[in-house]
Amino acid sequence: MQPPPVTFSREGFTRGLKASPALVLGGVPFGIVTGLTAQAHGLSLAEATLMSFFAFAGSAQLLALGVWTTPVNFLPVNLTALTVNLRFLLMGPLLAPWLDTLRGWRRWLSLFFMIDHNWALSLKEMQAGRNDAAYLIGSGIPIWVAWVLLTMAGHVLGSVVAAPPGHPVYFAALSVFIALLIPMWRGRSDLLPWIGAAAVAFGVSRLLPGTTWHIVAGALSGGLFGALRDRFRKPA
Amino acid sequence: MDQGWYHIGGLNLVTAFAMGVGTFACRAGGYWLFSRFKPSPGLQATLSYIPGCLFVSYVAPAVVDGGPKAWIGATVALATMKLTGSMIWPIFTGTAAAWAVWALST
Repeated sequence: MQPPPVTFSREGFTRGLKASPALVLGGVPFGIVTGLTAQAHGLSLAEATLMSFFAFAGSAQLLALGVWTTPVNFLPVNLTALTVNLRFLLMGPLLAPWLDTLRGWRRWLSLFFMIDHNWALSLKEMQAGRNDAAYLIGSGIPIWVAWVLLTMAGHVLGSVVAAPPGHPVYFAALSVFIALLIPMWRGRSDLLPWIGAAAVAFGVSRLLPGTTWHIVAGALSGGLFGALRDRFRKPA
Repeated sequence: MDQGWYHIGGLNLVTAFAMGVGTFACRAGGYWLFSRFKPSPGLQATLSYIPGCLFVSYVAPAVVDGGPKAWIGATVALATMKLTGSMIWPIFTGTAAAWAVWALST
């Protein structure tokens, strides 16, 4: 059966808008923790706000902020964020049936607003035969606005609480990533790459203490190890 | 903070902006690049393993080095995620558990 032609209409935009409140709500603690972490690592309210405005990258920002020093360590911070964002490389192409039909700003703005949640919802829309590409921007804008506002709220909260470094309130950021491991786990084939990544991360964190190279090193070596293992493993 | 809320340091601004550029490059770059050629299975597999391995690489040394408050906080956060399936609750329970251990030990 031929799928209906792709449109870019007000109706699609509104459908996206209507899907966004649940995603905004789920992001509340995440945004607050990100603002809190930014404050703890010495970013001003204006700087933290601008970062969320430009990047709109939840886990990448949070992880990068966790390794942010004053004065800022430009390269490790950006490399950490970039590694978290590598997954987007594989997400964009799956939206090609929509994006290919869009021209100019519509295509690139859609990509700016692509995050994990509305990407997954957009794929579901496609599967259901609803081909309105404005859905992506419609669902993305409220999340982006909320993300910027929540970062600000978290930063203000951080200034009010003014907890000293090492205080357990900052364990919140680590909790996010610990909890993320559960949905990240795709099954037993992840076990060895994860162990390998942890081992490399440990080693590098001991060799280069106080830096963040262990995160990038662990991620890349775990990824390469998994790919090589899959390649040489006998097909089941 | 000894600086005003409106303070914008040059290097901080450049870093935040660079993060925006890098993030957009990933969002748009994958679509742009892979609509021109198909990623090899090896590259695809590597990229698909990276997110999980990345979080492990961040979490594992931090938890081990964090001492008892991190060990217990991590266990509680994992268990909460497993039980509730929601990203919201582990943030609270994990932090509360770490906080409790810290309060009892100081």
